[in-house]
Amino acid sequence: MYSLATVEQFFGPTWPVVWTLAKIVAIVAPLMLAVAYLTLWERKVIGWIQVRIGPNRVGPRGLLQPIADGLKLLLKEIIVPSGANKFLFVIAPVMAIMPALAAWAVVPFSPELVLSNIDASLLYILAITSMGVYGVIIAGWASNSKYAFLGAMRSAAQIVSYEIAMGFALVGVLMAAQSLNLGDIVHGQRGDFGLFNWYFIPLFPLFLTYLISGVAETNRAPFDVAEGESEIVAGFHVEYSGIAFAVFFLAEYANMILISTLCAIMFLGGWLSPFPAAIPVLGAPSAWWLVLKLFLVVTSFLWFRATFPRYRYDQIMRLGWKVFIPVTLVWIIVLGAWMQTPLWVWWGTFE
Amino acid sequence: MTFQTFIFYFFAGVLVASAICVITARNPVHAALFLVLAFFTSAGIWIQLQAEFLAIALVLVYVGAVMVLFLFVVMMLDINIARMRAGFWSYLPVGGAVAALLVLEMGFIVTGSYFGAESAPAPDALPPGYSNTKELGRLLYTEYVYPFEIAAVILLVAIVAAIALTLRRRKTTKGMDIGQQVKVRRQDRVRMVSMAPVRPDDESADKRGGA
Repeated sequence: MYSLATVEQFFGPTWPVVWTLAKIVAIVAPLMLAVAYLTLWERKVIGWIQVRIGPNRVGPRGLLQPIADGLKLLLKEIIVPSGANKFLFVIAPVMAIMPALAAWAVVPFSPELVLSNIDASLLYILAITSMGVYGVIIAGWASNSKYAFLGAMRSAAQIVSYEIAMGFALVGVLMAAQSLNLGDIVHGQRGDFGLFNWYFIPLFPLFLTYLISGVAETNRAPFDVAEGESEIVAGFHVEYSGIAFAVFFLAEYANMILISTLCAIMFLGGWLSPFPAAIPVLGAPSAWWLVLKLFLVVTSFLWFRATFPRYRYDQIMRLGWKVFIPVTLVWIIVLGAWMQTPLWVWWGTFE
Repeated sequence: MTFQTFIFYFFAGVLVASAICVITARNPVHAALFLVLAFFTSAGIWIQLQAEFLAIALVLVYVGAVMVLFLFVVMMLDINIARMRAGFWSYLPVGGAVAALLVLEMGFIVTGSYFGAESAPAPDALPPGYSNTKELGRLLYTEYVYPFEIAAVILLVAIVAAIALTLRRRKTTKGMDIGQQVKVRRQDRVRMVSMAPVRPDDESADKRGGA
């Protein structure tokens, strides 16, 4: 820590600001890199599922493709449609990506590795991610285009509906963990039996609900009616070009990674190892387990996209309101009763 | 001026400015967005008061849900601004009276010797492990459980009433029964027929082509 102390002296009173900024960069920079390579991974996975090769021209094995895409979008002109509300048109992509990045402030990567360990971190995540819909609505309205507006309306209705089911799924998690703190939620899944201590077993209906609602919340296929290209061209971002479009794209993928991470933390044991703690190396908890889990969940998102046809709009609404919300409500009651009996064994180990 | 005071004045300034914009903005969508900003900055002020649960709940409920639906409706309305402003002068006396009353009441609270900020005792310093959320939950579900449950029931009644008021069943509406759709099997829709291949003779082919 000698070197850090000298740096601290150098910055003097501005040190807390600099140090916080450094921590933010340390989270956002790898995240943006992960987002870039998630787009490549998506194209590759979908390519393999459809018996194609996928991008393989730019750089060795196509590894520089996301860089080339980003560069191309950076250099393109941003066209503001006539009659568009310029200020809102420009601020909409920012509104879309801001929550996707701000939510990472409370995500714990390991017991020590968390930017801000606040007490109500689960609520904070819910509140911040619920603001993501503004980017879509404002973009659709400010574009002064019927297609964009239709996409925004669809998206708003869809996201608000699925947020309720998602919130109820989280209520189940916080009942099981008896805490709103994400770190404590992971500790609640710790035990001697590895993956059998994780919440996805007692909360299986909520786990499924959360995963599917997550797909709907991020406007991903098969719930991507907000941008259904066969009906409304590209939905809310049809008028966007260049880097403004790219920011929407980044926000969607950053949200995917965020939802997958939360899924891994709340239902799949976060940084805990799937093996019993008695096994020497494999049983040790590590941030790499979290990365592996979120990678698997994200890949399942891509798999859904390549497998399922798009839902019809009224069926999406029916699924959200008439299937998921009753399922979660019933399971919360079951869970409450279950936790009063000796059959409940998921108490976790806290230090 | 400490950093905290600076933050407070920043939030307060933004809050007042956006609240004024809510009522002066000509475009209703802009007004709704300014209201969102006002909610968000007041949540920031609540965090400064160490009421982080309430602040997050404000963002979650009002910014994340209520205002989205508000915007949803406002964007679809075709509001005639000239007609909305028509009754301005006739409503002004009543509106002005209500506003004056509100200002008077707020003045009492802020400056009065009885309610004023100076006469209220300073809150106790909070212990390090203090959980605002837990404290609020305990109070809500023990001491205030009846008012809380009654409020919940009233809200439920309001939801049911809103749905009942807007639900209209017309005979001409064609809906589908999802249960029926799921129950359908292939045999109900398709009949497989096995028949020998037939080649149309030349005469009939000519007729068809000619017609």
